[in-house]
Amino acid sequence: MNLRASFLFHRLFVYLLLVCGGVVFMIPFVWMLSTSLKGSAGLFDIPPKWIPEPVQWRNYVDAVLAFPFWNYTVNTLIITAANMAGTMISSSLVAYAFARLRWPGRGAWFVVMLATMMLPGQVTMIPMFILFKHLGWLNTFLPLTVPSFFGSAIYIFFLRQFFMTIPREFTEAAKIDGAPEFMIYWRIFLPLSGATMATIAIFTFMGTWNDFMGPLIYLNDPDKFTLALGLRSFQQAFGTRWNVMMACSIIVMLPSLILFFTCQRYFIEGITLTGIKG
Amino acid sequence: MEQAEIKVSPAKRSERRNRLARREALNGYAFFSPWLFGFLVFTAGPVLYSLYLSFTSYDTLSSPKWIGIMNYKVLLTQDATFWKSLYNTLYYVVFSVPLGLIIGVLLAMLMNQKVPGIRFFRTVFYLPSVVSGVAVALLWMWLLDPSFGLINTTLAKFGIQGPGWLTDVDWSKPSLILMSLWGVGGSMIIYLAGLQGIPRDLYEASRVDGAGAVRQFWRITLPLLTPTIFYNLIMGLLGGFQVFLQSFVMTNGGPVDSTLFYALYLYNKAFKSSQMGYASAMAWILLVLTLICTLIVLRTSKKWVYYEGAENK
Repeated sequence: MNLRASFLFHRLFVYLLLVCGGVVFMIPFVWMLSTSLKGSAGLFDIPPKWIPEPVQWRNYVDAVLAFPFWNYTVNTLIITAANMAGTMISSSLVAYAFARLRWPGRGAWFVVMLATMMLPGQVTMIPMFILFKHLGWLNTFLPLTVPSFFGSAIYIFFLRQFFMTIPREFTEAAKIDGAPEFMIYWRIFLPLSGATMATIAIFTFMGTWNDFMGPLIYLNDPDKFTLALGLRSFQQAFGTRWNVMMACSIIVMLPSLILFFTCQRYFIEGITLTGIKG
Repeated sequence: MEQAEIKVSPAKRSERRNRLARREALNGYAFFSPWLFGFLVFTAGPVLYSLYLSFTSYDTLSSPKWIGIMNYKVLLTQDATFWKSLYNTLYYVVFSVPLGLIIGVLLAMLMNQKVPGIRFFRTVFYLPSVVSGVAVALLWMWLLDPSFGLINTTLAKFGIQGPGWLTDVDWSKPSLILMSLWGVGGSMIIYLAGLQGIPRDLYEASRVDGAGAVRQFWRITLPLLTPTIFYNLIMGLLGGFQVFLQSFVMTNGGPVDSTLFYALYLYNKAFKSSQMGYASAMAWILLVLTLICTLIVLRTSKKWVYYEGAENK
C-alpha cells in the first residue's frame, strides 16, 4: 500500500513537471499563432487576449502580398534542392571511400576531415567571398549551392558509420564478378541507405531553408532573395505590424514543422547517431 | 575459390594482390576526390589566404597591401570595440553553454521517465529546436517587447514590472541567452539517447546495495553521461563563439554595443566597412581562441569523461 502510494506520488510529480515545462515550451508557438490572427488594434491590448476577436485571416494574405513571397519561395526552393542533391551525392561517394576502400592516407585524411568541423565559418568566409567575387558569382545562387557538391564532413562521417555496418558478404558476389566499385556503390550501397539518406536530406533541408548568413553575404539583388532574407527586409519595412509579421514567420516555419511531423523517426535517429558517435 | 588460389604460385599471387590493391587505391582516390577538391578550394586555400590577408590592409577595390602585424596590434591594443565584442561573446558562452547543458540533462532525465504519453512530451520539448533562423528571432522580439510582449504583460499580472529586455543594456544579453534555452531540445534528445544507453542492471544492482536516487544520479547517471556531455560541450562552445543571427536581426548589436558579438563585429568590419584584412585578423584570433578552448576541454576530459572499460586506469 505504501509502495503504491509512493508510485502514484512519483507519477503525479513527473506529470506536473511535464505539463508545466511543456506549457512553457509551447506558449511561444501559441502566442505566435494568436498574434498572427489579430487585428492591428488587438495587438496592443493589455492584458493580451489569447483568442483574437475577430479572427483576422487576412493577415496571411497580407503577409504573402506584402513582399515578393512566391519569388523568394522559388529562390529558396532552388537553393535548398540543389544543396540536398549535392550533399547526398558527394557525401555518399566520399563516405564509400572511407568505409569500403583501402588507400594510402585514408586514416590521416579522415582525421583532417573531422578537424575541419571545428573550423569557425568566419575564417573561410572572407576568402570565399573574394573568390566568388573574382569568379563573377556574386548575386547568383552558385556560391550557395556549388560548395555542397564537394561533400559535407558531418554527413560523410554519418554515412561512413552506416556503410561500415553493411556486411562484406553483400558485395562479395559482385566483387568476384568484377563489378566496378561505382556499380557496387550505386546498386548495393545506395539502395540500402534509404533511411540514412532521408535523414541527411532532412537536415540539409532545414539548414539551407533557414540559412541566413550565406544569402546575406552573397545576394544583394532583392529579386534573388531567399525567404530568410525576405523576412528580414519585411521586418525592416513593417517593424510594428506584429500580426502580419507573425503570420509571415509561421508561413516560413511551416515546411520545417511539417517535415518534422511527417519524418519524426529520421530526426531522432539523425540526432542521436551524429550526436552519440560524433 | 580457395582451392583455385592454392594452385597459383606465391609470386603470382602476391602480384595479383598488388594489382588489386593498386586498383582499390585508385578507386579510393576517385571516390575521395570530390571532398579533396572541396577541401583545397573551399577550406585549406581560404584558411591560408585568410592568414595572409590578416597581415594586409585590403578594401577589395585595390589589391591587398602588406602591413605586417599592424592589424593584430591595433585589435589587441587600440580597439576597445573588439574587446567589448569579445567580452559579450564570452558572457554569452559562459552562461548559455552551461545552462543549456544543465537544463538539457535535467529535461532528458524527465523524458526518460517511463510514464504513459511520454512520447508526446518528447515532441513538445523538442519542437522549438526544429524551427530556427529569422522567424524565431522575430517571434522572440515580439515575446520580449517591453510594453506589449507576452513576457512583460504576464509579469505585470503578478505585479512585477519587467525590464526592457532587448532595449536594456543590462538585460539584452540575458534575453538572448533565455532565447537560446528555448531550443535546448536538440541537446536534450542527445542526452536522452545517452541515458537510454546506460544498462538498467547498474541501477538495479545499486538499489540492492541500498543506494538512493540522489546517489544513483551522482554515481551512475552522471558519470556514464559524461561522453555525451563532452560532445555537447564542444559543440556548444563552437556554436556559442559564432553567435550572429540573433544580434544581427534583433538588436543590430545594441543597445550601446551590449549585444555586439564577435561574429557580428567581424561581419561589420568585413562587409560594412570593407576592412577585409582587419576582419581576417579577427577571424584568426577567433580560430586560435576556439582552438584553445577545445584543447582545454580535450585535455581536462581525461579527468572527467568516463570511458567504458577505462575505469581501472
